[in-house]
Amino acid sequence: MGIPYSYSFRNLWTRRLTTVLTASGMGLVVFVFAATLMLTEGLQKTLVQTGSPDNVMLLRKSSNSEVQSAVERDQAALLESQPEVAVGEDGEPLLAKELVVLINLKKRVTDTPSNVIIRGITPASLKLRPAVHLKEGRMPRAGSAEVVTGESVARRFKGCGLGETLRFAMRDWRVVGVFDAGATGFSSEIWGDRDQMMQAFRRPVYSSIIFRLRDTTSFDAYKARVEGDPRLTVEAKRETRYYLDQSEAMAKFLRILGMVLTVVFSIGAVIGATITMYAAVANRVTEIGTLRALGFQRKSILSAFIIESLLLGVCGGLLGIFAASFMQLITISTMNWASFSELAFSFTLTFGIVWKSLLFSAVMGLVGGVLPAFRASRMKIVEALRAT
Amino acid sequence: MFILKYILRNLFRHRLRSVLTVVGVAVAVLAYGLLTTLVGLWYSGAEHASDTRLITRNAISLVFPLPISYLERIRGVPGVTTASYGNWFGAYYKEQKNFFANYAIEPRSYLELYPEFILPPKEKNDFLLDRKGCIVGERLARTYGWKVGDLITLKGTIYPGDWEFVLRGIYHGKEKATEERIFLFHWTYLNETMRRTVPRRADQVGYFVVGVKNPGLAPDVALAVDSMFKNSLAETLTETEKAFHMSFVSMTEAIMVAIQIVSYMVIAIIMVVAANTMAMTARERIGEYATLKTLGFKGGHLAGLIFGESVAISLLGGLLGVALTFPAAHWIESELAQYFPYFTVSPQTLLFEVLAALSVGVVSGIFPTWRGATIRIADGLKRIG
Repeated sequence: MGIPYSYSFRNLWTRRLTTVLTASGMGLVVFVFAATLMLTEGLQKTLVQTGSPDNVMLLRKSSNSEVQSAVERDQAALLESQPEVAVGEDGEPLLAKELVVLINLKKRVTDTPSNVIIRGITPASLKLRPAVHLKEGRMPRAGSAEVVTGESVARRFKGCGLGETLRFAMRDWRVVGVFDAGATGFSSEIWGDRDQMMQAFRRPVYSSIIFRLRDTTSFDAYKARVEGDPRLTVEAKRETRYYLDQSEAMAKFLRILGMVLTVVFSIGAVIGATITMYAAVANRVTEIGTLRALGFQRKSILSAFIIESLLLGVCGGLLGIFAASFMQLITISTMNWASFSELAFSFTLTFGIVWKSLLFSAVMGLVGGVLPAFRASRMKIVEALRAT
Repeated sequence: MFILKYILRNLFRHRLRSVLTVVGVAVAVLAYGLLTTLVGLWYSGAEHASDTRLITRNAISLVFPLPISYLERIRGVPGVTTASYGNWFGAYYKEQKNFFANYAIEPRSYLELYPEFILPPKEKNDFLLDRKGCIVGERLARTYGWKVGDLITLKGTIYPGDWEFVLRGIYHGKEKATEERIFLFHWTYLNETMRRTVPRRADQVGYFVVGVKNPGLAPDVALAVDSMFKNSLAETLTETEKAFHMSFVSMTEAIMVAIQIVSYMVIAIIMVVAANTMAMTARERIGEYATLKTLGFKGGHLAGLIFGESVAISLLGGLLGVALTFPAAHWIESELAQYFPYFTVSPQTLLFEVLAALSVGVVSGIFPTWRGATIRIADGLKRIG
């Protein structure tokens, strides 16, 4: 027969101030822990959702990103006529030969310049990216100096809002529409007519080719054939894979940073919990003696105190998660190291992060409570009762 | 004197509790110092940039080249001493993860513009004479174990293919902050290869480096250069090296701001922990405080006692943290050499560490001090803590 759980719970309630302080210390740690996880999650989600699994991206061999890649026209013609390319309703192949370059734009608020991806598109480009749809305005007319901007670019950069004018490559480009691409990387891009852009930037080659597979299982055979073809110098990646690779460097950095911070912080929080629990034990020597005299086992005392510190940890965890959930309202933009371009993403809270955070806070409580609980359970009855 | 003795005695009444708090403060202070140093390093490249060097690049963005023919026209601008040029080559060694800066440059003028790269005269001469020669910084050479005379093959990403080089020299930096992880080779080697393989990419440079007589001339020269190429096919953007570095740094600013916030949060967390400890300590000694008051000690004495204890614990932790900072920084410098050019904690940061510890002591002492100093004797003696 163990000590009722309500004993542990009521003990926490009695020392409200101390409990709140300790729990909020732990809460802060859990908050940081959850926030870094959410950031990494947000980055990966943004980039991974950008791609769709049926799409294949063709880049020049050994280029890490679309910006570095270049596909010659004669190779593009060859690639266009491969049997794996799906055909749309209009009988045209679902394949887009695109131009991707970086341009330097100034931010609205800070006036600091930053790199933005600009993509020259063809009619097939939109069909290949179901996540993208117009929010306001219209799509640019082929053959005109018009562009549409992704939502986060329109909001953050000068001259990118609807009806405004951008100047780059010696021409003025009117923004005729703003598109919404959900939480994908396209929200940080500007799109316009490909042929106009190739003229303006004087780029005689495409950057990348993207197409929909007729049959998604045929990818491996296609990849082997295309990459083994002596006439071609391209490599094929599934679009999802490509964007996952793009997020790798940044995600790794965030992960290492998060781990280091969490370890350092948790040392502080565990120390706090240990001190609190030691004090709780020291204050209740007589109580513990009484409980033992009543016939409760050492085991029961041990578990009562461990449960108390676990509860403390979980309280902290709940506090931390509650605070971290508000971080979802924040969008941060930073340079993606793979492409050197600006990318906006937000903190994303997933169920996995919630239970990881709770587990982490429980472990912190446990580690903090183990030593004091052992001390409580090893007390000699007579001496404990004698203490005042 | 008596008060000090009393404080010291009090410190070690709960030895474990005091030790834990001291360790906690030390860890927090250490973390704060290292994070601050990390953020400082992020900006160090820009801070150590020369103000007599300007970088001219394509106005659209860095990925667009400029024609080499601009060189002579830039040289002719009044106030310009030397002009050099280079290309970001973006190749990697063996594996993609081995990333380091590599540039194709015009060696003679480039080394003239960057006197902080110190090469032995013989090695410099060998490098100038060998078209396929390259030089690397000392740290980079150490990372991959390169010796002078080695054959090095890099895999191109922007310029595809395998590129072979002969290591002709290893430079070391004039100052500690000089970047020693750069790989430099002849621009002509790149250009001749491009002429053979992709003629349209030949005779193009990524950026020009322009040396000016004195920093005061920099804005005028920048304006003169940019207006010269206005409305041409490749418009230019000229800025000081510092501004150029900052444009990269500012793009990742969000991450740095986050780290900065976190470094203050570390201190906040330990404040909560320390305040909690002090509150507990004071609560246990309420009876004692009342006794001391009965003996005639005033509130001020008591305040000094409690406050002194709180500050003493935090300062001990702070000093321990400062002491730990040195080996930690040294460890980071040796273990994570590929990520940081150097890792030195500045005296200013150390001072801030101590100040942080002090503020932890002060903040965590306020509440218990106030309670201890204002306790009414009868209440204090009544309580059984």
